[in-house]
Amino acid sequence: MSSAATAPPSVDKVDGFSRKSVRKAKQKRAQSSSQFRSQDKPIELVQLPLLKDVSAQEQPELFLKKLQQCCTLFDFMDTLSDLKMKEYKRSTLNELVDYVTVSRGYLTEQTYPEVVKMVSYNIFRTLPPSDSNEFDPEEDEPTLEASWPHLQLVYEFFIRFLESQEFQPSIAKKYIDQKFVLQLLELFDSEDPRERDCLKTVLHRIYGKFLGLRAFIRKQINNIFLGFVYETEHFNGVAELLEILGSIINGFALPLKAEHKQFLVKVLLPLHSARSLSLFHAQLAYCIVQFLEKDPTLTEPVIRGLLKFWPKTCSQKEVMFLGELEEILDVIEPTQFVKIQEPLFKQISRCVSSPHFQVAERALYYWNNEYIMSLIEENSSVILPIMFASLYRISKEHWNPAISALIYNVLKAFMEMNSALFDELAATYKSDRQREKKKEKDREDLWRKLEELELRRGIQNSDGIIPT
Amino acid sequence: ARRCASPAGDKMAGADGDDSLYPIAVLIDELRNEDVQLRLNSIKKLSTIALALGVERTRTELLPFLTDTIYDEDEVLLALAEQLGNFTMLVGGPEYVHCLLPPLESLATVEETVVRDKAVESLRKISHEHSPVDLEVHFEPLVKRLASGDWFTSRTSACGLFSVCYPRVSSTVKAEIRQHFRNLCSDDTPMVRRAAASKLGEFAKVLELEYVKSDIISLFTALASDEQDSVRLLAVEACVSIATLLPQEDLETLVMPTLRQAAEDKSWRVRYMVADKFSELQKAVGPEITKNDLVPAFQNLLKDCEAEVRAAAANKVKEFCENLPEDSRETIIMTHILPCVKCPEVRLNIISNLDCVNEVIGIRQLSQSLLPAIVELAEDAKWRVRLAIIEYMPLLAGQLGVEFFDEKLNSLCMAWLVDHVYAIREAATCNLTKLVEKFGAEWAQNTIVPKVLGMANDPNYLHRMTTLFCINALSEACGQEITTKHMLPVVLKMSNDQVANVRFNVAKSLQKIGPVLDSNCLQAEVKPVLEKLAADQDIDVKYFAQEAVSVLALA
Repeated sequence: MSSAATAPPSVDKVDGFSRKSVRKAKQKRAQSSSQFRSQDKPIELVQLPLLKDVSAQEQPELFLKKLQQCCTLFDFMDTLSDLKMKEYKRSTLNELVDYVTVSRGYLTEQTYPEVVKMVSYNIFRTLPPSDSNEFDPEEDEPTLEASWPHLQLVYEFFIRFLESQEFQPSIAKKYIDQKFVLQLLELFDSEDPRERDCLKTVLHRIYGKFLGLRAFIRKQINNIFLGFVYETEHFNGVAELLEILGSIINGFALPLKAEHKQFLVKVLLPLHSARSLSLFHAQLAYCIVQFLEKDPTLTEPVIRGLLKFWPKTCSQKEVMFLGELEEILDVIEPTQFVKIQEPLFKQISRCVSSPHFQVAERALYYWNNEYIMSLIEENSSVILPIMFASLYRISKEHWNPAISALIYNVLKAFMEMNSALFDELAATYKSDRQREKKKEKDREDLWRKLEELELRRGIQNSDGIIPT
Repeated sequence: ARRCASPAGDKMAGADGDDSLYPIAVLIDELRNEDVQLRLNSIKKLSTIALALGVERTRTELLPFLTDTIYDEDEVLLALAEQLGNFTMLVGGPEYVHCLLPPLESLATVEETVVRDKAVESLRKISHEHSPVDLEVHFEPLVKRLASGDWFTSRTSACGLFSVCYPRVSSTVKAEIRQHFRNLCSDDTPMVRRAAASKLGEFAKVLELEYVKSDIISLFTALASDEQDSVRLLAVEACVSIATLLPQEDLETLVMPTLRQAAEDKSWRVRYMVADKFSELQKAVGPEITKNDLVPAFQNLLKDCEAEVRAAAANKVKEFCENLPEDSRETIIMTHILPCVKCPEVRLNIISNLDCVNEVIGIRQLSQSLLPAIVELAEDAKWRVRLAIIEYMPLLAGQLGVEFFDEKLNSLCMAWLVDHVYAIREAATCNLTKLVEKFGAEWAQNTIVPKVLGMANDPNYLHRMTTLFCINALSEACGQEITTKHMLPVVLKMSNDQVANVRFNVAKSLQKIGPVLDSNCLQAEVKPVLEKLAADQDIDVKYFAQEAVSVLALA
């Protein structure tokens, strides 16, 4: 009574039609470097002894040999190839990281070019095309670098090398030159955030130690930002570069050089117009505020710049701008405030009456800020007339009850600040509106007459002669 | 709002009555309104204002005003740049067109890209209205100033203006222009180099041949080796224009080394651009160089390690093959191109566009290279790929001949009839019809009809139904004799099938093949069966049988 398990009838039989091949599950693709050309034969590296196992005199030479071995690149897109050798390289790199961290006396003149060469071979590559053209940094997952297991260690190694007590920029500058830095900066476009984080640290160290490269680095970052704003609107590393710039700006000596002021006005301010502002706004705002703390006289051009780039259709951006503006107002000097209060409050007046309640709310929260309130109070005779009309209108019209309540409080605050002016404006509100209406009508009449004139002249001169 | 003092006071314009009411102050007020939307509307109707003022006051008052107050919202500036491009007549005609240059010059230096680009576009437009003298006196100095500007924006704009003023100026001025362009090609900022590289082709087209050879080539080579790949790839675009301008004998020395280098550039973006422009490059360099240089380059691009580059190259395969010189076309394709194309659809695309392939290549070689591709495609997991191949079948069969077909492809066509996707079975049926039309009824009778009829005994009802669908399609092409002698008996036998679907399809089949049969046959053999089916238990069988009876007029 054997109950031999019968295999369930194959799907094919039930269906009647043969299914030729099964669809392969689509694998999530991790990127690879375009520099890698696959070799047909497997890679063979001779296993070298560990550094800790050889005498102190032999270590420097062994170190160089290991560096040379690490110049060999592996194909991480093919997950099964050269597994043993990949592991060997990984453990070698690990060893090198430790060695660089603890050792003394290993950095000779010959070491520098070999280190730079190994790092260059591993990290410098043309970044592969993005998986999708429609990559939205806010929404989509970034595609990660496939060779990260090795790359991460190379970066770590390089950072420890740069930070090592024995590191001498005077020797290194022969190898870490402008060409190196330029290629490094191009890598900031990597989609992998881990890589950008490492690059940030590397660049920061290089900027710190190589005084001769500083101007060049700033200039190239300028070019990247300008290309980003005016040409491509695509670059993944804006936030990281701005972070570095934040600490650079922090270190500027006073008085600020013209080059730096130009950078503020011509590069940082236009960055506010980028579509992907939310990805780097925090870092950008920090840079701006740093500049103003260094030199308050820059306040007027900065605020005028923000007003020029004020978002017209993107409410999310408007809220960011209002946040940045508040940070600036937090540190503004009263004399500077007076210079820009008129255009500033014209914009704020538009924001508080915005139908988008988050924008209105964010603007109205300025009235919770003590320092801003004190500035407003000092200058209420100028500010109140600018804000009055929209506040008055919105207090009756806004759809959102929370906003109406906030507006009511603001009006109350104004009333207490300068009751005489307040009453006067309230009294003339109606007649002001009527005057505006009349002006509107006059304008329409003017244009109508102009167009009739154009028509008439056109008919009179149908032979094409222009009257003088 | 600040009120601008009217320079002309309240002077009235013109002598014809009402027209005199528009001192410029009022009009300028409109242009300086607080509300940006109103300003924008006024700027968009600038021509109306100019017309009201008349040409002289437009020149002497309006334009200076516009030049002095160019700091406004970018939207307004964009509208202004556009308007000024059409202002020639409004300032008094070509004699005075140079008055438009000052405001446009300012606009060409503005940060915002769209404003700058529009200003350059307008400048290009009005450059054609300038007399050669005016070009030298007014236009070219403007270009020079832009080219020496401090900030990269003016230098970028300058790049777009060289080619429009070059042709009609004197040779000294031409030399200056060439010098400025050279400077911009090696500018410090990559944005300017990119702008210059993108205009390289256009500029080359207006230069005299000697200067193309001396100046342009060295600029081209330099830009093609720029450290930024975004510059290098623009040089590739220029390559097409440059190659078209040079005589054949110079191409090999002046252009090909750079092009070869670009096809193997370490950046996939540059290689992609080469692949993308390949057909144009092919036309530009001519058949000799194509054979010696472009074919190997194309092979490498088809096998590139970066998928985007391979895709771009594959896109150009058909066009490339079509434009190869006739005598060597097929050899090049079969020996060089086809082996590199991995994607089966592209391979088949190439083959099916060749005439008389088998004459050139020979059946054996053809089957070696073609057949694996066809089989692979025929069995592809994606049904749309299988569908595509079926659609090629009649064409291929015609080219390969009936023997090859019978030997190698027949079984494939049969297999498709029992594919699990309905669209494939349907297409396969249609395919058979076309094959019968090509190869004839006798061939059908000997090769495919027996197999089709054999399916009528298949245990699976869907296969049995396929027989009926095939018969529906083939009967007309096969003709009365084959239909009556071979197909009809099978159909009639299936009227006893135990599956209702088969039975009602029998009725439908009889309705379809009825017109091919003669009337005796219809009365003697078809009618009884239909009557039997009309009394079937199944309601659908009854319906279709009755329908067939009435359509065939057998009642």
